[in-house]
Amino acid sequence: MGKHEPIIEFADVTFKYKSQQQPTLKNINLKIFPGEKVLIAGQSGSGKSTLAHCLNALIPCSYAGDMSGVLRVCGGEPRQLGVFGMSKRVGTVLQDTDGQFIALTVGEDLAFALENECTPKEEMVQKVSEVAGKLELTEFLGSAPGALSGGQKQRVSLGGVMTCDVKILLFDEPLANLDPATGKRTIALIDELMQKEDLTVIIIEHRLEDVLYRKVDRIVLMDDGMIIADKTPDKLLSSDILKSHGIREPLYIAALKAAGAQISPEDGPSSIDTMDLSAHKDKVKEWYHQADKNKEQEKGDTLLSLSHLQFSYNDTRQIIKDVSFDIHSGEMVALVGKNGAGKSTIASLICGFLRPDEGVISWKGRDLSDLSIKERGEIIGYCMQSPNQMISRPMIYEEVALGLTVRGVPENEIKERVYEVLRICGLYPYRNWPVSALSFGQKKRVSIASILVMDPDLIILDEPTAGQDYAHYTEIMEFLKDLRNQLGVTILMITHDMHLMLEYTDRTLVLADGELLMDGRPWDVLTNDEVCDRAYLKRTSLYDLAVKCGIDDPGDFAATFIEHEKRERGAIEVK
Amino acid sequence: MKFKLGIREIVAMGIGTALFVVLTTVQIPVFLIPNTFLQPRMAVLAFFSAAFGPIVGAVIGILGHALGDAIYYSSVWWSWVFPEAVVGLCLGLFAKQFEVREGGFAVTRNVILFNVIQIIGNAIAWCVMAPLLDILVYSEPANKVFAQGTVAFVLNIVVIGFLGTVLLVAYSKIAGRQSGLKAED
Amino acid sequence: MARILSYEKKNTFVHRLSGFTKLLFLILWCFAGAMTFETRILVVMLLIGAGVYYVADIKWKQVSSVFIAIMIFMTLNLVAIFFFAPYQGCEIYDSRTAICHLFGNYYLTKEQLFYEFNVCIKYFTVIPSVFVFLTTTDPSELASSLNGVGVPYSIAYSVEIALRYIPDVQDEYTRIKNAQQARGIEMSAKGSLLKRIKNTSLIIFPLIFSSMEKIEVVSNAMELRGFGKKPKRTWYSKRPLTSIDLYVISFITLFCIATMIITFADGNRFFNPFR
Repeated sequence: MGKHEPIIEFADVTFKYKSQQQPTLKNINLKIFPGEKVLIAGQSGSGKSTLAHCLNALIPCSYAGDMSGVLRVCGGEPRQLGVFGMSKRVGTVLQDTDGQFIALTVGEDLAFALENECTPKEEMVQKVSEVAGKLELTEFLGSAPGALSGGQKQRVSLGGVMTCDVKILLFDEPLANLDPATGKRTIALIDELMQKEDLTVIIIEHRLEDVLYRKVDRIVLMDDGMIIADKTPDKLLSSDILKSHGIREPLYIAALKAAGAQISPEDGPSSIDTMDLSAHKDKVKEWYHQADKNKEQEKGDTLLSLSHLQFSYNDTRQIIKDVSFDIHSGEMVALVGKNGAGKSTIASLICGFLRPDEGVISWKGRDLSDLSIKERGEIIGYCMQSPNQMISRPMIYEEVALGLTVRGVPENEIKERVYEVLRICGLYPYRNWPVSALSFGQKKRVSIASILVMDPDLIILDEPTAGQDYAHYTEIMEFLKDLRNQLGVTILMITHDMHLMLEYTDRTLVLADGELLMDGRPWDVLTNDEVCDRAYLKRTSLYDLAVKCGIDDPGDFAATFIEHEKRERGAIEVK
Repeated sequence: MKFKLGIREIVAMGIGTALFVVLTTVQIPVFLIPNTFLQPRMAVLAFFSAAFGPIVGAVIGILGHALGDAIYYSSVWWSWVFPEAVVGLCLGLFAKQFEVREGGFAVTRNVILFNVIQIIGNAIAWCVMAPLLDILVYSEPANKVFAQGTVAFVLNIVVIGFLGTVLLVAYSKIAGRQSGLKAED
Repeated sequence: MARILSYEKKNTFVHRLSGFTKLLFLILWCFAGAMTFETRILVVMLLIGAGVYYVADIKWKQVSSVFIAIMIFMTLNLVAIFFFAPYQGCEIYDSRTAICHLFGNYYLTKEQLFYEFNVCIKYFTVIPSVFVFLTTTDPSELASSLNGVGVPYSIAYSVEIALRYIPDVQDEYTRIKNAQQARGIEMSAKGSLLKRIKNTSLIIFPLIFSSMEKIEVVSNAMELRGFGKKPKRTWYSKRPLTSIDLYVISFITLFCIATMIITFADGNRFFNPFR
């Protein structure tokens, strides 16, 4: 196979799942050459995951359906080689790194595929230590998954497929479960591996800006089962195709376009670090100076107040160190920080799942410590990350009514309140449906509705948008925003999504190693290098854009642009 | 009847066992008789057996009981481990009829069949096998072990009958393909 | 709970043995202990057991709570045996030597005491062996050891999956329980039995539902990495057998055979001092 022969070639491939009426992939023609790094982008349902499943032969071997056309990968046809045959050519790194970590320890998990190949033990040990060395996992070989960070687990997943000496690495949404700084490191690591090894890399991801942190050869944009564009990042970013197909553009590109700049591929827009802004500088400055400045919002009354909170599980390690902050009525606040910084612990302390060692949590000035979990649940609602972890009744009405039913509220009052909440959440037409008939975003709304029905003043949401694409993310966040605006519900979100922070919250609380590092406006947080570093956040590219354009106050520039975007979105909705 | 043991079944064994073990400490006290508890983990065993077949059921019974006892009580009561497998095995034999994962469980016929089978399975396990093993191994007095077995039998048919049935019906409603749903005003 | 099993890494004779050896030892030991009622063998086993505890460097602190729990359980059990069948021993040993009258029809007999003493030491030979096994065997070795003693590798691997996911499921259970409690669903001892069962179902159901999804993800991941491809598989964490392992295996095999011969030589598995 020469350098100019494609390593992957789709020729007129169409695929229809057995259970569906319409094909999910329609006449796909795509060539990928050895050594290339290709990003496949598209919103949920665009067919990008189906395309990936064709490469590792899960389609048509595990998911039945009709396939036509020819697909060749490394000179063979996946459907003939089967999932096992393909596992030696294409290494798939799944989005859910916990699900992919099968064995008890890192070493065993790296060796998993070799064990299945009946490789002799000495050979396995050698291969595992070689791969562990490449991925800086050597000191963790004996660790259990519970002792690893998200980034380390992902490196184990990657190592697990690399032990097979695969030629193609396929990443399925590699950034979905990582904090921004770790995601950045993952992208860098992929790049380093490609320089050392003979690899072809395919990344399926909708977070374009984060993937473009390192050079990508081509972006394949999919929508509705078809390839819409197959271009270099520079060309694609200069056009408006991304936005019209539900993919969010990098923030600096969006800001440039808002300022009226005509971006051309020659400017090198795929990276803000190297982009030539000479032609656009003045436009950006001009836009900034005449744009409406964002106004400081008035604060409501103090609802919840944490003062000098301390907590440790056992006396050894302090999880929460002297944390104090207030939440005001009607605010939307983000609680951010890397995994293990203590975000969930704070939420558990507020809800009463855990009790602080020291310090006071008060509600409208009243100490909460003598209230039970159930009693706190009536004023503070808690919503878990996955709606599946909360849904305990098969039917939507029953599920939303549950909190009232167990409290012995009269049947007619339950009905009234449930119907009202269902109307607010846009679920009223489906009230007699089973929960399973809903989409993920709708399920999320059911789980929020089942909290709202108890009429809490504050809702705490754990990672409300984790793993969601832009369309679903927007759906969920706009819904939360409406709740705040219409019902006056105060919202505290645990998140590591920086867009969410920037676009939807009034204030950001940054935690690092159990300490409150910063309590400020989101754009001030995301333009502060030191805070970003310690909390594993990533400085927003708006900052770099502002600096490169010679704007003195990058934080204010970021705020101005975000305000502008919010207004634009509002305008679209009104239409 | 043939039962396939694919990867999905193997993973179900592992994760089912994990669930069974974790729920070892979750017990519902029964007021009338002191120190007797309903064990929700039995409902989980029934659920996985009915959903994944006899081998999965039997393995979760043995592994779950042995690991659960070993981890939480640091000792294994072997003569009560093996009967657990019988319960899983019996229910699993009818996994095809139950159609749990396809959404076909929530019909009267299957609920009745499930409960008849679980009563038979529990009877074999706790009224016959466990006492016999105790007599065989420890030469324990027959009246004592049969009395113990009968208590276990009653508790288990109650917990599987209520909790097991509820879980299966609810899951079946969720797992099934939805058709003919209409949005209402 | 980082490591669910109480395995502690140490460098003793028992720790150094291969998991396979220890599992085989456990199985044959439990089998021998279960079959025999030969008091002298049981006493020997008790002594060997104590020796293993000593060699494996197991601290009293590790075992004290378990020991007390087993003692309480055993006392209850022995009392129950007495109340249900005060003359079980007399039947077994075919003799009756009364010590004193207790009440009603209950007499304390030497035979009954001796029988219950036998039951007691049977527990103490078999049950603590599980404990030694757990504290000295790396959980990673468990699956390969089971495969080694003849369990098909697919079923043996489910043990690995179970041990891998116990901490995750435990964690998820706690989180679901908390969230449901905040919604007002409590698993307390309040309310009728039916209500308690219902509330339990409301907490277990989301756990089962999310476990069913986990099964999908994990089985896809395993398939993608070639699990089940071949009729056999090798094990990364399997410890090769050393000559010491072979000695231990020979010892336990011979011990088991000897126990069977001694126990059943006279056609009766009981050692009878009353004849």
